[in-house]
Order: sequence, then structure tokens, then C-alpha cells
Amino acid sequence: MNYIEPHGHMVSRTTDDYERMALAGCRAICEPAFWAGFDRASAQGFYDYFRQITEYEPKRAAKFGVAHYCWLCINPKEAEDLKLAEEVIGIIPEFLGKPGVLGIGEIGLNKNSRNELRIFERHLQVAQDHGQLVLVHTPHLEDKLKGTRLIVEALKNFPAIRPERVIIDHVEEHTIDHVLDHGFWAGITLYPESKCTPHRAIDMLEQRKAARIWMNSACDWGVSDPLAVPKTMQAMRQRGWSREMIQRVAWENPVAFMRQCPKFQPPA
Amino acid sequence: MNTWTPPNPVNLADLGFMDARSKLIDLAAFLDRVQRAGQDDDFRVQALKKAAGLLSLDQPTRAREVLLSFSDPGAEPVEKAAMQGALGAFKV
Repeated sequence: MNYIEPHGHMVSRTTDDYERMALAGCRAICEPAFWAGFDRASAQGFYDYFRQITEYEPKRAAKFGVAHYCWLCINPKEAEDLKLAEEVIGIIPEFLGKPGVLGIGEIGLNKNSRNELRIFERHLQVAQDHGQLVLVHTPHLEDKLKGTRLIVEALKNFPAIRPERVIIDHVEEHTIDHVLDHGFWAGITLYPESKCTPHRAIDMLEQRKAARIWMNSACDWGVSDPLAVPKTMQAMRQRGWSREMIQRVAWENPVAFMRQCPKFQPPA
Repeated sequence: MNTWTPPNPVNLADLGFMDARSKLIDLAAFLDRVQRAGQDDDFRVQALKKAAGLLSLDQPTRAREVLLSFSDPGAEPVEKAAMQGALGAFKV
């Protein structure tokens, strides 16, 4: 069964991963901009990174028959350097017209600091000014609850960004209702340790009737599994899910959100 | 709006008991291990023990309650991020 990986950091994965994902049925991957594992020294480093995910990575994916899209931002982990963050935000518009760019992301909060919040709002202003979709990262572990609440409050200050054009990612059992009940989309990230297991994801999908939710592997350079989505689809089969409902979550939902950007074309 | 079709009923105990049993024993063994090593005053271990008590709740909201017990309960942003990572449990 085909699926879409709506959140994968493929610059840190191998060509073997592309092949395995393609063999498992992956037809499109969407790559939010993120932290490199270390703080970049200059805006020029981001310029090169944006070129990599808008120009080079789509070619690498295409070799395996996989469509590649991306999102642009500076990650909240680098938001404490306000001067750098402002410089990076300044170069984003130059890339928004690239064919595979879906919007601004993954923006959000990490440690819930005032500077992170300021840079999050600066990104939202860019998204609002340029009519972009928004993909939001919520903080890790003990910081997620507070960060999710701060993010939802901040989004209310940008009424031109409609909730249905925002996906708030990495929800768990204590944050999913807050996100969905405010009209946003929610992303469930399937991680071996620090986020969500397949069965917990399925529990949440069943509780919320799979509406306005996608699931992703968020595979990167850390402990993560690029096949987490098809493994969860297999767990859905074991849990009695119909083919149609699995397809709803693994294909139709990400398509419904991302095709709000006219550049997103669901693979045939 | 697409309609929701619930999954066909399956025996969830058959499907998940052994995995859950294994994880619970692993948790118990971890608490034993840190206690034997004299490290059970670590705030993360204390948070685990507190969260483990929530498993005996009657309502099917245990996962949510456990996550809430590990969370920063505050509402205001901090002045500056002191680190980039997270520890897994809020340190008061």
C-alpha cells in the first residue's frame, strides 16, 4: 500500500533509506528545515542548506521514484541568536517560489524561551505576508505541554493564518486535544523512544476518528526509523483497521493538508 | 467530510499483553537497579515512581496523566534557553 512520509529529514539519511522507503510504498517525502545537530555559524550556511533541500534533495529522491517537497525556516534551537535568526528569516522569501517549497516550517519552540517565541512570531509574519502553509514543531518531553499552549496562543495573534492551514506536529496524548480542538491539524511522530509508538499513535487516531491528523517518522540523524509509517500501517492491520481507513491516514490526510499549497501534486 | 469507520474488534490483550508485560518488568528492574546503586534520589527516578502510581487510575486516560506528570506545569516563557535538549521530567 502506498503512503506519504510528511516529515522526514532526508539530508541526514542514506540512499539505502530512500530505497527501503520506496520499496515499502513511499511515494512522496516532505522535508521540513531543521537543526543540523550543531549551531550553524552564519546565514550563508542556511543559504546552502536551503539550496540543498530545494535543489539537490529532490533529485536524489527522484532517483528512487519518490517526490520530494520541503519547508523553510531556522529551527527554534538556533533562535537564541537573534541576529542570526533575523538574517536567516531574511533569505527565506528568496526560496519560497521554488517548485517544491510547501511553506514555513518546522518552526515553533524548543525550550519555551522569549527569544524562541519572538522568532516563532517572526516566521508566522513571513507565512502570513506570503500566504504560506505552516508546519509547527512542538518541544520535546517535559517542555511539550507548555510549549504547545504557548504556540496555540501565539497563532491566535495571526488571524490571517487560518487554523486549517497549520499543522502542529509531535502531538502526544496530553496535547492532541488542545491542538485539534482549536481547529489545527495535528502530526503524530513515531519515534522508538522519545515521542510516540505505533500503538499509541493508533490509540490517538481512534480516539479522534483520524480527522485532521497525519503520522510521520521525522527520521533524522538521531534515533529514528524511516520505516516507522509503514510499520504503523502494519500495526493498524493487526488492530482491525480496514484498508480504506489506513489509506485515509497514510495518504489522503497528508494530501488533503498539503494540497492547500498548489505546488503539491499527489503522486499518480 | 470523510466518515470514520471503526476498526474490526480484535483481542487487544492477545495482541499487546506480552509487550506490555515486558515493559513493566523492565521498569521494575530499572527502579531496582538505581536503588541498589543508591541513585534513586535522582529527580527523574522520583518522577518515574510518581508516574507509575498513575497506572492504577480507573479511567482510560493513564497515558495522558503520565505525560502530564512529567511536564512543566508553567504558563510563562522562560527568559533564555539554558540548554538545547530535554531531560524527560520537569525539575522543580
